[in-house]
Amino acid sequence: MGALVLALTALGLSLVFGVMRIVNVAHGEFFMLGAIVAWYVSTLTGSFLLALLVAPVAVAGVAVLADRFVLRRIGYEPESTIVATIGLLYILQQTVLTTYGPYARPVEAPVYFRVDFPWFGYSGYKLVVAGVAAVLLLVTWMALSRTTLGLQMRATQQDREMAQAFAVPVGRVYTVVFGVGAGLAAAAGALIVPVQQAHYLMGLDALLMSFVVVILGGLGSLRGTLVAAFVVGLSDGAISVLFSPTLAKIVATLLVALVLAVRGRGLFGEELA
Amino acid sequence: MSETSGGVKSVSRRTVLTGAGAVALGAGLPGPWVRRATAQAGQGPLRLGFQVHRTGIGAVYGRWYERTTAAAVKLINEKGGIAGRQVEIVAEDDGTDPKRGGEVVEKLATHHKVDLIFGTLFSHVVIASAPRAGELKIPYLVVSEGYHVASGKLNRYVFQPGITDVRAQVTAVAPWILKNLGKKVTLIFPDYAFGHDHRDFFSKVATAQGGTVRALVPIPPTETSFTKYFPRVPADTEVLYHVMVGPGVLTFVKEMGEHFGAKRPQIFGFVDSLEGVDMASPGLDYLEGTYFWEAFPRYAGPATPAHVRTYRERVGINDNGANVNDPKDVSTASHMFGCWETLFVIKQAVEKSGYKKPSDYKAFIETLEGFQSFAEGLEHPQGPKKFVGRLHQVFGQQLISKVEKRRLAVVHRTAIEDSMYAPEADYTKQPL
Repeated sequence: MGALVLALTALGLSLVFGVMRIVNVAHGEFFMLGAIVAWYVSTLTGSFLLALLVAPVAVAGVAVLADRFVLRRIGYEPESTIVATIGLLYILQQTVLTTYGPYARPVEAPVYFRVDFPWFGYSGYKLVVAGVAAVLLLVTWMALSRTTLGLQMRATQQDREMAQAFAVPVGRVYTVVFGVGAGLAAAAGALIVPVQQAHYLMGLDALLMSFVVVILGGLGSLRGTLVAAFVVGLSDGAISVLFSPTLAKIVATLLVALVLAVRGRGLFGEELA
Repeated sequence: MSETSGGVKSVSRRTVLTGAGAVALGAGLPGPWVRRATAQAGQGPLRLGFQVHRTGIGAVYGRWYERTTAAAVKLINEKGGIAGRQVEIVAEDDGTDPKRGGEVVEKLATHHKVDLIFGTLFSHVVIASAPRAGELKIPYLVVSEGYHVASGKLNRYVFQPGITDVRAQVTAVAPWILKNLGKKVTLIFPDYAFGHDHRDFFSKVATAQGGTVRALVPIPPTETSFTKYFPRVPADTEVLYHVMVGPGVLTFVKEMGEHFGAKRPQIFGFVDSLEGVDMASPGLDYLEGTYFWEAFPRYAGPATPAHVRTYRERVGINDNGANVNDPKDVSTASHMFGCWETLFVIKQAVEKSGYKKPSDYKAFIETLEGFQSFAEGLEHPQGPKKFVGRLHQVFGQQLISKVEKRRLAVVHRTAIEDSMYAPEADYTKQPL
């Protein structure tokens, strides 16, 4: 389950980097915001399904506004966007702290059953999460490879100026990509709330792990992101059970260092010109 | 491109000049203000610096520490203040960050010129801030819980007169656990100072009393999923002892339920994990029938004494220990009373020592070190206390509560003596 949710979050980051060539430091906060919105919606309406739909859309809306009013103004300059998204990170985090508060709040899982093995049990909801995440990943992949918008995204990713010359509305593609990237993180955040609670600092870990995955898989490569998410997610679980969680983090970080040293563009990254 | 960078340059030069002007102006401002504050030292309000975790991981505690402090100060001021002076709180956020903690102590002492500093909770912030208080020679009264004060590793300016330490808590409850729940214990604890105190002192007390620690399971503080740790709990474990501070606690409980199901061992936890968390939260049903250490009963009932009722009303919590205005806003009842009691200890020490201004710190510290006990009452709603001057640490009763119908019901109250251990430190020998 961890691997699939991680893949979903990292995919958003990877998409934004691949197409827009910017590093979105506030990505983890979109994940957090997804969880918070999901908490609000499901507490107010009692429907988690609705929360699952509203959260990504609402967060994508926030991201679109951020794109229009901040990122576009500074012309998507790589250095400026890093600083701007750090600012965005703090604004989102502190806004949530002042409105939602410092509490970690849970949402009742929509389905609950315990899968019983002879020696221990496992939550059925986690399997559901894994399933939903897998479907969302599939949908994103389909959208990227089969639709016109996906084509435009891939064109922008390969060569921004050439795409513009072929009448691809690059500005709109940027906005959509930033929104979708945030929406994917928010969907992951919303899915995780019944398991992990909504808390205003939960974005940090998500951001770090996403970076590990994206760097490992190759910046901008979707296939790489998926493979890396599975490598990181599964090795983290296995090493933690057999040895220690600290060792798992050490291994993940070493892996990143190794990949960067041996194959700078990541496992599946394309060579940057 | 070059045109833009030229423009940026000229703007930045102007900005630098403006900025320099602003800095000069800003530097000039505190001058007269500080002089005024110094001139008034000894009269006017008593200024107490409050180092508070408003943001960062300790924000839930910080919020309630601030409410409790405000309520205590209101009561003190209504009754004529401290030694006839009104109390003024100067609060500074430390972001639950050790580095910032030291800076806050310095800012409160040198910029705000407060009389005393109090209120820090998280052990890593206390350990990082205390040396600065010692260097600045300003009394620093923490409401923390860790064993760091009583261990003697801080300095003579650091006190903990309002809340008991982990070693005392563990020493008091361990015999009860071994007697009533089982002798083979597995410990799950956070992998930093606070958790290590639990690991060390529980293991020590338990083995001395015929128990065995079957396994130690440390958990890194940022962990979000715990499924992978439960396979390490040996099958013959009779008691699972858990201390987890952090937002992951609900996940922890839920995953514990998923792992053990109905075949669970006895479970004993420290309520620190669930401070600020509604016991009726989804997923916490697994805790039904398990036991918790509490310092202060979160839930009030018919047996709640009048002074405790007054304290609860003043702070603004209902019978479920939640905000009277928002039942979802659950308090940190087992910790925040420490701020209240610390403020009344300050009152007593200031009045008894005749403290007026910072040159009287010696008298203040020696008076505080001379205190022996505090009687139960509105000023000490948690219960009677014994104070050990050489340790700078207070001792009190500890509670064991059982989760019944999604509420915590107190089933046992230890004696103060149950929590006392042989002192290792003596701060009174340090020079002032």
